[in-house]
Amino acid sequence: MRQRVSMTINGTNYEHEVEPRLLLVHYIREQAGLTGTHVGCDTSNCGACTIEMDGHSVKACTVFAVQANGSQLLTIEGLAQGTQLHPLQQAFWDEHGLQCGYCTPGMIMAARQLLARNPDPTEKEIRMGIEGNLCRCTGYHNIVKAIQAAAKVMGEGAERKAPATAPSARRD
Amino acid sequence: MIPAAFDYVAPRSLPEAVADLVKHGSEAKVLAGGHSLIPLMKLRLSTPSFLVDIGRIQDLSYIREADSHIALGALTTHHEIEFSELVKARLPLLQQAAAQIGDAQVRNRGTIGGAAAHADPNGDFPTCLLALDAELIAVGPRGERSIKAQDFFVDTFTSALEPAEILREIRIPRPPSASSGTYLKFSRRSQDWAIVAVAAQVSLREGRVERVAIGLTGMGPRPLRAAAAERALTGKAVAPDALREASAQAADGTQPPEDLNGSPEYRRHLAAVLTRRALEAITGSK
Ligand SMILES: Cc1cc2nc3c(=O)[nH]c(=O)nc-3n(C[C@H](O)[C@H](O)[C@H](O)COP(=O)(O)OP(=O)(O)OC[C@H]3O[C@@H](n4cnc5c(N)ncnc54)[C@H](O)[C@@H]3O)c2cc1C
Ligand code: FES
Ligand code: FES
Repeated sequence: MRQRVSMTINGTNYEHEVEPRLLLVHYIREQAGLTGTHVGCDTSNCGACTIEMDGHSVKACTVFAVQANGSQLLTIEGLAQGTQLHPLQQAFWDEHGLQCGYCTPGMIMAARQLLARNPDPTEKEIRMGIEGNLCRCTGYHNIVKAIQAAAKVMGEGAERKAPATAPSARRD
Repeated sequence: MIPAAFDYVAPRSLPEAVADLVKHGSEAKVLAGGHSLIPLMKLRLSTPSFLVDIGRIQDLSYIREADSHIALGALTTHHEIEFSELVKARLPLLQQAAAQIGDAQVRNRGTIGGAAAHADPNGDFPTCLLALDAELIAVGPRGERSIKAQDFFVDTFTSALEPAEILREIRIPRPPSASSGTYLKFSRRSQDWAIVAVAAQVSLREGRVERVAIGLTGMGPRPLRAAAAERALTGKAVAPDALREASAQAADGTQPPEDLNGSPEYRRHLAAVLTRRALEAITGSK
């Protein structure tokens, strides 16, 4: 039996009738038409399908669309403000954090969660933080550099906005 | 990979969920975080025709301290356990295990209730619950019952839950103050499942081991206790030799599997080495 689902993706509300077995990643790509979220392995391993669901990074190939009913989702398309790239997007560009680019949307979404929880990670913490994301081009070196660069920019931004209080790890 | 078709309900309360399970019998399955069930359904190794999503039931996600135990709601995620100050302070063993499960995305979705109910012999939480003498509280058509961890994990992917029972809460006895634990996991890549892992909890009194519990992951069809090693160490003064002698017996009585990750021999070796390292880390004796 089909079910009515409604969810907010990048601030826009979407509503559809779906089969319960429809995976969230297919809903996002095919129903909502947002193809920035990729399917890599389809077996919960590679992280190419990573999005944020109610503030938590998830592998959208391992969630049913019906489970996201009523949720707030954020995908790679929701990061830039108009033509202004998100600091993570800019850093991946500047540091050559991508080769073919297939893993990049998932990498950036995973990195976003990492920096939200730990704004000033060590290199090791970055490598552990993206353990759920595979780059088939094996471009990890520059991916790590990009996340380090973004952390720096985002940290400076946070200090400018709130000079009196030090940024603290958000544990959502 | 598309799962077989199924019908889906998302009840708002436990009694409704139990009623849905009773109504649909063996065709029905509980869906929690979905991070074991959905991969199996995508491979069509599991083809339930009815899913009861318990994810929308209120008040099943919490970590609370009671007089005698720490209670975790079945829907508490691995991430919530990993980042809980209470768990870190009282049950470091469980916190360390949580932090080593899968990856951040998996930990954001997977639940401790699902990990227990799934009863994967390579799962990390079942071993912790066995080592910590947890009690698992289930609700079913005939009401509520409590199942000890040692009786809960029956066999590979088989728990003591009846088909229409839902795991509601996990209770872990509060370890005494002079007690600590650790979880050491060995795998080839950081995101991987354990080849072998060891959950150890030791209570000391005046330099002696008053109580020791050692749980083993990946050493048989279900999580096991290293009973011989526990016996060898109980009552002993903490000393490097005593820890080494006890650890050497960690794999006694186990039936480790043979697979691509290693032979039974290799696993026995890992169990002994990890047990020694865990005991050394907890007692500070080397
Ligand atoms: C890429 C990846 C890596 C992973 N790595 C690890 C790892 O290293 N270590 C590890 O331990 N686990 C690992 N897991 C598994 C993960 O921890 C799962 O989340 C967990 O095993 C199941 O929890 P869940 O909430 O997702 O349960 P679900 O998948 O929703 O359910 C699992 C089973 O339990 C039943 N069930 C669920 N909740 C209840 C309940 N409250 N009452 C009764 N029955 C219930 C379901 O019917 C189903 O049969 C990994 C998973 C993935 C996808
Ligand atoms: S496509 Fe979802 S983890 Fe690879
Ligand atoms: S850039 Fe090609 S997969 Fe990562």
